[in-house]
Amino acid sequence: MKQLRVLLVGFISTLLVPGLFGQEKEVGTLEKIKEARAIAIGTRESSIPFSYYDEKNEVVGFAQDLANLVVAAVKKKLNMPDLRVKLVPVTSQTRIPLIQNGAIDLEAGSTTNNLEREQQVGFSDTFFIVSTRLLVKKGSGINDFSDLKGKNVVVTAGTTSERLIHALNDQKQMQMQIIAAKDHGESFLILQSGRAAAFMLDDALLAGERAKARNPSDWLIVGTPQSKEAYGMMLRKGDTEFKALVDEAIAEAERDGTAQKLYQKWFMSPIPPKGLNLNLPLSDDMKQLFQNPNDKPLQ
Amino acid sequence: MWTFAFAHHLSLFISCFSPLPELAAFDFSVFLRASPEGSINNLIYLLYGLAWTMLLAVASWLVAFSVGSVVGVLRTAPGRILPAIGACFVELFRNVPLLVQLFIWFFVIPDLTPGVGDWFKQQLPPVWQEFTSGTICLGLFTAARIAEQVRSGIGALGRGQMAAGLALGLKRTQVYRLVLLPVAYRILIPTLTSEFLNLIKNTAVASTIGYVELAQRSASMADTTARIYEAFTAATLLYAIVNVLVMVGARALEKFTALPGYVGGRR
Repeated sequence: MKQLRVLLVGFISTLLVPGLFGQEKEVGTLEKIKEARAIAIGTRESSIPFSYYDEKNEVVGFAQDLANLVVAAVKKKLNMPDLRVKLVPVTSQTRIPLIQNGAIDLEAGSTTNNLEREQQVGFSDTFFIVSTRLLVKKGSGINDFSDLKGKNVVVTAGTTSERLIHALNDQKQMQMQIIAAKDHGESFLILQSGRAAAFMLDDALLAGERAKARNPSDWLIVGTPQSKEAYGMMLRKGDTEFKALVDEAIAEAERDGTAQKLYQKWFMSPIPPKGLNLNLPLSDDMKQLFQNPNDKPLQ
Repeated sequence: MWTFAFAHHLSLFISCFSPLPELAAFDFSVFLRASPEGSINNLIYLLYGLAWTMLLAVASWLVAFSVGSVVGVLRTAPGRILPAIGACFVELFRNVPLLVQLFIWFFVIPDLTPGVGDWFKQQLPPVWQEFTSGTICLGLFTAARIAEQVRSGIGALGRGQMAAGLALGLKRTQVYRLVLLPVAYRILIPTLTSEFLNLIKNTAVASTIGYVELAQRSASMADTTARIYEAFTAATLLYAIVNVLVMVGARALEKFTALPGYVGGRR
């Protein structure tokens, strides 16, 4: 018993020790980049078509292309043309701590800018607006959320869709069985295996998942959008100098048509690894965003 | 002894936080906010996750313990065929990665068994699908490990016990049931305890197929609240508390069942 108590106390105090290392002095991101002669970008493994690995195992995507524009702006600003770019793979659980502890300077993937996250990290200007909809099998007879009564629905754990579908289920008493899978790939697998009638997620990501299917034309994106979300790049909270630079790079691309061209490249043309076309036309929200770049969260 | 350790750690603890920067950054009110499921708060959400974790752990343990014991006995049986069957079982389930096994049980097996598989996929509520696959997977994986321990536990008793039992006129199965296993299990309590502790933690792999256990729920909470440290600290503490309780229970069991003269008996 005595040993146990010692163990317990020791354990709890180890948990708290990270406080010792957490008191680093705040250094601006640009200074940090200059000193390290390198910028660390957080990338995703399979956020198609925002940030993912292609067949050559290189990180590509819409967000990655925009991040490259930011890197170019940093090089110009610091006058360091041979600045090293470190690509650090992150997950939805690691991305916020890695920004906070300085392991990455900028995260460019598919991260929603919302009020909860804004308390922890900073967000750049929005580079994409998605709406949450459904992916269903062709001929399943499901055209909208009201058709889901009594059905199994899969969502990816921790997404806004998870919260929205639970709320819908409670409010309208739809008796849906909600499955929360670990990541988007897993959710789609559950949909494909016939365990769920629909998969709810951001439409752009649904299009990306559909592109991975053996036969993409078997799957349809349907339903009234339940919410809109603004994707931004994450950076350290309160670093106004770096944020201004990132914002300017994104806003310029959105105003001068570069972003529009990138949109054509990633959403309206064949993309790696399989050469599929996501076929997701530019939405009105995106058109408005490109005319009027901003960093407002939509929820 | 422990008071000293406690005082030492307390001072260490306070010195960590003297200006309280990190502790202040911890926001415990996040546990009272609405969880991803809406109707309950995050603390209750995590506690339900813990309940699902324990349910899966206990169910898998029942499978693991019974199957593991049988296979362990097979491995010590006379002849060639029975030990070979036991060895095949152990090598198969011990050498294939746990995650791969889980995917096979959840995604592949139901597709290979048309009648039952379709019922399983379409009629059974999702959470029970995940629970069943998880129980079979973790149960058999752990059974392979327990089998090896049972085999060595029986081996530790020496051949004389079997011979003596047979000489008394007991059947071989009776010798196992009445003589060998009761003593072997007592010797094995410490290693079986760590096997059970491992099993509790291994239930986290079931999160990959959407089972709503503690690890999955803390990750989900971390994602929706953006409070990563709080969510994972809570999960860590809950796992630790459960594991310490199991340790205490196992120690009590060991004391209660100890035989004089054997390992675990009065020294």
